[in-house]
Amino acid sequence: MSRESRSTLPDEPCTDRRRRTLLAGAVALALAASVPVARAQDVNTTGLAVTEDTVTVGILHSVTGTMAISETGSVQAEKLAIEQINAAGGVLGRQIEYIQEDGASDWPTFAEKAKKLLVNDKVAAVFGCWTSASRKAVLPVFEQYNGMLYYPTFYEGLEQSPNVIYTGQEATQQILAGIDWVAETKGAESFYLLGSDYIWPRTSNKIARKHIEKLGLKVVGEDYYPLGHTQFNSVINKIKLKKPDVIYAIVVGGSNVAFYKQLKAAGIDMTREDPLLLTISVTEDEIRGIGGDNIEGAYAAMKYFQSLDNPNNEAFVAAFKERWGDDIVIGDVTQAAYLGPWLWKAAVEKAGSFDIDEVRKASPGIEMDTAPEGYVRIHENHHLWSKLRIGHAQADGQYEVVYETADLMEPDPFPKGYQ
Amino acid sequence: MFADYSWSELGSIFAMQGFAGLILFSVFVLMALGLAIIFGQMGVINMAHGEFMILGAYVTWLTSNLFADHLPGLFGGFFFVAMIAAFLAAALLGALVEWLSIRHLYHRPLDTLLATWGLSLLLQQTYRSVFGAREVGVDLPGWMLGSVALTDIVEIPINGLLVMALTTVITIGVYLLMYRSSIGLRTRAVVQNRSMAGAVGIDTGRVDRLTFAIGCGIAGVAGSAFTMIGSTGPTAGQAYIVDTFLIVVFGGTASLLGTIASAFTISQAQSTLEFFLSGSMAKVLTLVTVVLILMIRPQGLFATKLRR
Repeated sequence: MSRESRSTLPDEPCTDRRRRTLLAGAVALALAASVPVARAQDVNTTGLAVTEDTVTVGILHSVTGTMAISETGSVQAEKLAIEQINAAGGVLGRQIEYIQEDGASDWPTFAEKAKKLLVNDKVAAVFGCWTSASRKAVLPVFEQYNGMLYYPTFYEGLEQSPNVIYTGQEATQQILAGIDWVAETKGAESFYLLGSDYIWPRTSNKIARKHIEKLGLKVVGEDYYPLGHTQFNSVINKIKLKKPDVIYAIVVGGSNVAFYKQLKAAGIDMTREDPLLLTISVTEDEIRGIGGDNIEGAYAAMKYFQSLDNPNNEAFVAAFKERWGDDIVIGDVTQAAYLGPWLWKAAVEKAGSFDIDEVRKASPGIEMDTAPEGYVRIHENHHLWSKLRIGHAQADGQYEVVYETADLMEPDPFPKGYQ
Repeated sequence: MFADYSWSELGSIFAMQGFAGLILFSVFVLMALGLAIIFGQMGVINMAHGEFMILGAYVTWLTSNLFADHLPGLFGGFFFVAMIAAFLAAALLGALVEWLSIRHLYHRPLDTLLATWGLSLLLQQTYRSVFGAREVGVDLPGWMLGSVALTDIVEIPINGLLVMALTTVITIGVYLLMYRSSIGLRTRAVVQNRSMAGAVGIDTGRVDRLTFAIGCGIAGVAGSAFTMIGSTGPTAGQAYIVDTFLIVVFGGTASLLGTIASAFTISQAQSTLEFFLSGSMAKVLTLVTVVLILMIRPQGLFATKLRR
């Protein structure tokens, strides 16, 4: 997808506010009409766990093991959304109950628990998974037993399943506009690509490299380090030697902490922006481990930052803090996880049924203008239309939003010319 | 790759890269010293070594919070207090573990592997329950951050210098303890011949506990030092354990000098390769080389001669 085509998106959020108001009214009417009468056998023809006044869903994340660090926020967000939906009257008049399973940072366990949720518990939807590896592990289970998974993480794309709704951004949404921004606004001409050594950073950097070269700019270095690597002095020296304008960093997990601490210790002060650092992997969650002082001045390209200034987000952050404590921080994926239950509720109510096939049919075109990130809409390809923002890291561990795309970015999980 | 650069730039970069290798060397020695005592001297395969390091890191984090809240005036010096506290905490836990479990397993070294692996899982989940699953960031006093600029390009990270200094001090300390003190003499006696050592009046049980505790304590100090360069989370210790065993085994298990020589070889090989190749390939090549050398020389670089 080129920059030109992005600026001419078919339907722009602010241009059809009237239609959405109408739609919302229609949904409310339908809801009011259907709540007292819809009997369980009418809204559930496939034997899901739906009774006259409850519906059961699954939450499937790691709360033990390595990935617990990242997935805890998603679990909190999904529970908050479910509680809020229940407080507002539930889905089709039914209160949501959830069964939580622990994937334990182990991919076969994810598959086993997914099967348990679908086959034994007959849940109507599952909110879960974080790493691509866990999603790939549960995918065959969801396709075989026809379940519906709401997956929150930004990821590498190259996937589109009828049984998954991807509420995070796929790679092109996160990468292209970020590189355009740094090239246009900061006049960047040379890039050093750096990442942890697995599928997401490698695929993302491949897309980044193609895009950088399309813009006529230069990639002066590309490097990968094993997950958990803690010694980055050599690559920092290489960066000093190559003098790129931009360090494009996709380092994940604990390695992040080592990388940014050592970058600072080696005298690369990111507030001077020489070189500038742009990352797509450090959310506010990661900064807690890195320390705001160590990453101050870096830029991140994502769809959500806790500091986003809009009424939806203010309410969301306040509710999140009230529910989970004042010292909590909210990152991009946490927000995407929060969208899952709401999008599912909207699809169920549009379909007037909990049946997976009906929910799938109803999903494309579902809109949500109460999302903390602003307006989102489900695309035919089960990903979300969403904006990209650039955040500037502050010493207090928050990002200040310095840019957002004018239009929603179309999700493009199989980008032509980037593979 | 170097055609575009002037000689002075190249000189600076090689100086920096040499220094990066030295920092890596110090980090490796610091990681491996505790294990060299426990595995090398006692033959206990301590899979929980990384978790003892992380205990030290968490103690450092707690100390830094304590100083920030109650003694902000002395914050600049908290790190020294933290290191002592980390040593004591890890040593105490080590003594407890030895008393509860390890002492029953001295004649079954492979079972120590299972027992300490279980211990590492227990400790990880305990950290997760107590400190939370998210990583914590240790605030460092200002003087420990940043770098000393020697020229425009050559900048020496201060935390690297601190790690090097600390490693030197601890290595000398361990050397004096093991080879110049009566404790060390008794430890080595027990290692060489347990029943004979007992027969000449050495309390072998006490020596074992002390040795194990000291090894764990040093791991705690290492963990404390690594809050300057790495992350502090429940499972962060796992990142260190493979390298640590690699160094101790490659060096020859019962030799302090071997551990140091091995750390030097591996760190220099790795940082040089990292400069010319991608980080992952550098790691692979280093591991392959170590495996090949161990195939030819299974006892490691240096082996103490034992009468068997």
